Amino acid sequence: MKSLNVSILQFPGTNCEYDTVYAFKRLGHNTNVIWHKEESIPADTDLVVVPGGFSYGDYLRCGSIAKFSPVMKSVIAYANDGGRVLGICNGFQILTEAGLLPGALKRNDNLHFISRHQHLKVVNSNNDFLKKCKEGEVLYIPIAHHDGNYFVDDETLSDMYDNAQVLLKYCDSEGNPMVVNGSVEQIAGVCNKDKNVFGLMPHPERAMESILGSKDGIRMLEGFGI
Amino acid sequence: MKAIVNIYLKEGVLDPQGKAVHHALDSLGFDSVKDVRVGKQIVLDLDAKNKEEIEKEVKQMSETLLANTVIEDYDIEIVE
Amino acid sequence: MANEALENIEEVLSAHKLSYADYEHMKQILGREPNLVEIGIFSAMWSEHCSYKSSKKYLNGFPTKAPWVIQGPGENAGVIDIGGGMAAVFKMESHNHPSYIEPFQGAATGVGGILRDIFTMGARPVANLNSLRFGDIEGNSDTAKYQRHLVKGVVEGIGSYGNCMGVPTIGGEMSFESCYNGNILVNAFSLGLAKSDEIFYGKAEGIGNPVIYVGSKTGRDGLGGAVMSSDSFTEESKKLRPTVQVGDPFTEKLLLEACLELFKTDYVIGIQDMGAAGLTSSSFEMAGRSGSGMVMHLDKVPAREEGMTPYEFMLSESQERMLICAKKGTEDKIIEIFHKWDLDASVIGEVTDTGRMELFWYGEKVADVPVDPVSEEAPILDRPTKRPEYLDEIAKVGIDDFEKVSNQEAFEKLLSSNDIIDKAWVYEQYDSMVQTNTQKHPGSLDASVIRVKENGCAIAMSSDCNPRYCYIDPFVGAAYAVMESGRNVAMSGATPLAITDCLNFGNPENPEVMWQFAQSCEGIKEACANMETPVVSGNVSLYNETNGVSIYPTPAIAMVGVNDDENRVLGSKFAKEGSKLLLLGDTTGEFGASLYMKELYNTVAGTLKEPDYTAEARLWEFVIKANKYGLLLSAKDVNIGGIAMAVAKMSALSGIGAEINTNFEDKRWVFDESQSRAIIEVDEDSLQEVAKLAMDLGLKVEAIGITGGDSLKIDDISMPLEELKDIYFGTFPKKIKADIVD
Repeated sequence: MKSLNVSILQFPGTNCEYDTVYAFKRLGHNTNVIWHKEESIPADTDLVVVPGGFSYGDYLRCGSIAKFSPVMKSVIAYANDGGRVLGICNGFQILTEAGLLPGALKRNDNLHFISRHQHLKVVNSNNDFLKKCKEGEVLYIPIAHHDGNYFVDDETLSDMYDNAQVLLKYCDSEGNPMVVNGSVEQIAGVCNKDKNVFGLMPHPERAMESILGSKDGIRMLEGFGI
Repeated sequence: MKAIVNIYLKEGVLDPQGKAVHHALDSLGFDSVKDVRVGKQIVLDLDAKNKEEIEKEVKQMSETLLANTVIEDYDIEIVE
Repeated sequence: MANEALENIEEVLSAHKLSYADYEHMKQILGREPNLVEIGIFSAMWSEHCSYKSSKKYLNGFPTKAPWVIQGPGENAGVIDIGGGMAAVFKMESHNHPSYIEPFQGAATGVGGILRDIFTMGARPVANLNSLRFGDIEGNSDTAKYQRHLVKGVVEGIGSYGNCMGVPTIGGEMSFESCYNGNILVNAFSLGLAKSDEIFYGKAEGIGNPVIYVGSKTGRDGLGGAVMSSDSFTEESKKLRPTVQVGDPFTEKLLLEACLELFKTDYVIGIQDMGAAGLTSSSFEMAGRSGSGMVMHLDKVPAREEGMTPYEFMLSESQERMLICAKKGTEDKIIEIFHKWDLDASVIGEVTDTGRMELFWYGEKVADVPVDPVSEEAPILDRPTKRPEYLDEIAKVGIDDFEKVSNQEAFEKLLSSNDIIDKAWVYEQYDSMVQTNTQKHPGSLDASVIRVKENGCAIAMSSDCNPRYCYIDPFVGAAYAVMESGRNVAMSGATPLAITDCLNFGNPENPEVMWQFAQSCEGIKEACANMETPVVSGNVSLYNETNGVSIYPTPAIAMVGVNDDENRVLGSKFAKEGSKLLLLGDTTGEFGASLYMKELYNTVAGTLKEPDYTAEARLWEFVIKANKYGLLLSAKDVNIGGIAMAVAKMSALSGIGAEINTNFEDKRWVFDESQSRAIIEVDEDSLQEVAKLAMDLGLKVEAIGITGGDSLKIDDISMPLEELKDIYFGTFPKKIKADIVD
């Protein structure tokens, strides 16, 4: 496995940046926390992570203000150039708002914040992110969000299936579909057409050690280093 | 001059807050309610320019920041 | 100095909840008539909330020292040494009155306030707990509907603030009694971590050092809030909505990060959060602790609204603000840090050696008050106490006075009671995992546990109080709360080290309430001294009374303990099938104020047995040692609803059945609530070693059953596992969602 330079963005209100640092360091990677006012990301960046939290308090819409931060301009350029970007939770919301990923995330259908360990089914693993996972495999990963109700129109969704862009779905321990927050077809994670931008609501960085309840996050994040 | 931007989830996009309010109204006995949509209103206080210019500018604001047009529609009211 | 003579002094005094004697006292301190700003200052500083005037007499004498205590009561929070150069900073505080008026904002700002108390000490908050008491939530009465509304609002408020701050809410307790119908209790606990030699204190010293205001701008929020929370409720106060502050967790998150960035420098002399009584209490307390004086220019305070007056600046309770005393010459660098985080920062004054608080408004002096007398000469009351008459009546009542109920029926009733059922509907609204340290999540029974990345240890914490016990015996009830919170901590393998408390009581002007308060304080003192768990911080909330009805005495205790190995954190649910279950401690038929009596006979009565601190200490020592030796699979304390409920929870949570056979002389004893007991799960091969260790410690241990199977059997009680899980997990959502038609 090669050691990566991981650039982790920090917006005002981000609160998972240090968890993300901790997780990638455990995997032997170098990490850099990048303040949102920076105009550029380090040139040797191998992966950009947009971590979870409540950027700008999520006051207008989750992720809607963060996409205009100076650093996001260079992240968008980096992604359009083929660079790899992973958005977790609020990061997923920011990437959809920024147009790097299809769809949008609405308020959970029960209107409550939902925090718990949740089973996820791997739908497509033919990509940089999930290549260590098997298709159909069931993972056990924490979720913690208020606005994780994924929406995308039917036409785009059908394109996404054709391009293997639907990555993860909520399920029960047996792998059967499970309604968690109202997401279209229980979708929990997706990627873009070029398979270099990834977004998911669950938190793999919280599932790195058995003493915290699950190690399945390792298998997810390891993919980037291979 | 003031511009009022009303933002709603698009027709066809499920509105969980609207659904919850609808249920609540039903259970309170207001059975004439056919549908409820919950939206938000953003009131902008603007330096006086002509109405057309302001409308154009607020439309831009709505498209870029105020609304997420993947799921939301908006309308603009200008009040003098 | 601006000193318009005050007309209608009586009206002004009464609006500030001050007496004429207080007024004479003020005049004597000032040597002249006070002006309105000064009356406002005295009224805030002498309010129950800031001065502890009713409670002070009894708070003296709390055990506060131990080798591991770094900071006891008197600061923003208590601090203990947890090894490896690290310290835990923690405190619990009430936000009862605001939460009843506006549950979402009341609870949210309660969390915001306690978090500021922690990070103002230089610690990053790493875990929150909460202790919540509500009234009757079942049925269609207006009370029940309002109570459900309160539960939803409080839970959402706690979640919204903690989640946004990125501080996990890892546990707590929630219970329901009719006595809280008019006064709910919302007690928020937070624990932070700091290096043990990098703790910051609320002081202001060094003549000429600047006083800097940072955080949000000041508005007219919560004007007179400290005065409000020192008053009982009437129908009138429901209309008081505007005085409730609105929280902005996003700004507080910025304030947290900015403060932690500032603490890495050596610019800070002292720092204090602006909580109740805002700028008044923070400035007076900082100057008071250092024996200094202070000059402040109130026109320099960042204002959110136009036309605000010096009086309003001094008394506003706007949230998310801090007062810093810095080293001279560092002002610009400090302001730069706060501007980086998009926060206001402004030099508003400086430290003097006059011992006086001198306030200016555009150059004109608007108040001049000596600092020490305001805090030191605050009235201390010796309120009358009287043993309540109800105690004699209820002491005679026992379960034999009522018709017998079959154990099966009792089991079903208790299992579905509000005190027992799982509260996932509540705790799943709290982010319990952010910061990636949480080892025992909410809902996993007994203490909540986080590991500490910096030193590899685990911190266990548990908040407990049984208000029913405290109602029938406030002394023993309070002592039991200390013992129970420590027992919960010990069950995870951690050594209990210190407590913080939140003493919620009724109207202190009622001698019976004052007696309950005095008794509870004595109970805490005795238990803390015996268990060697000093009190390091705390809070008092009085006047929890509506229309003459006071709440049960509710001294909530939060215990903090340390397990030196994060890899040896013991769980409280069954680990596997086929293991042995042992009961530790004596069962003697205690049903005073028991869940059994409440649920079956709708009665809270009886007496409590004297606490046996030796037995309790043995139990803790046993579990901690046995866990260290790797002898235990799981451990759970036995509490309300007795062995039956303890086993039912372990079984439901693990999805593993069990068969229990006791030899109790009275079949009902499976519901008995004798203290100082626990159930442990062990492997067959460990039995001998376990028995030996128990014998060495003089602890009674008996085998009572075995895990496994698809049902739970306890003597003559039997329930299929699926049904048990349905009741345990499914009942609360049904009760709380009674108003929602799906």
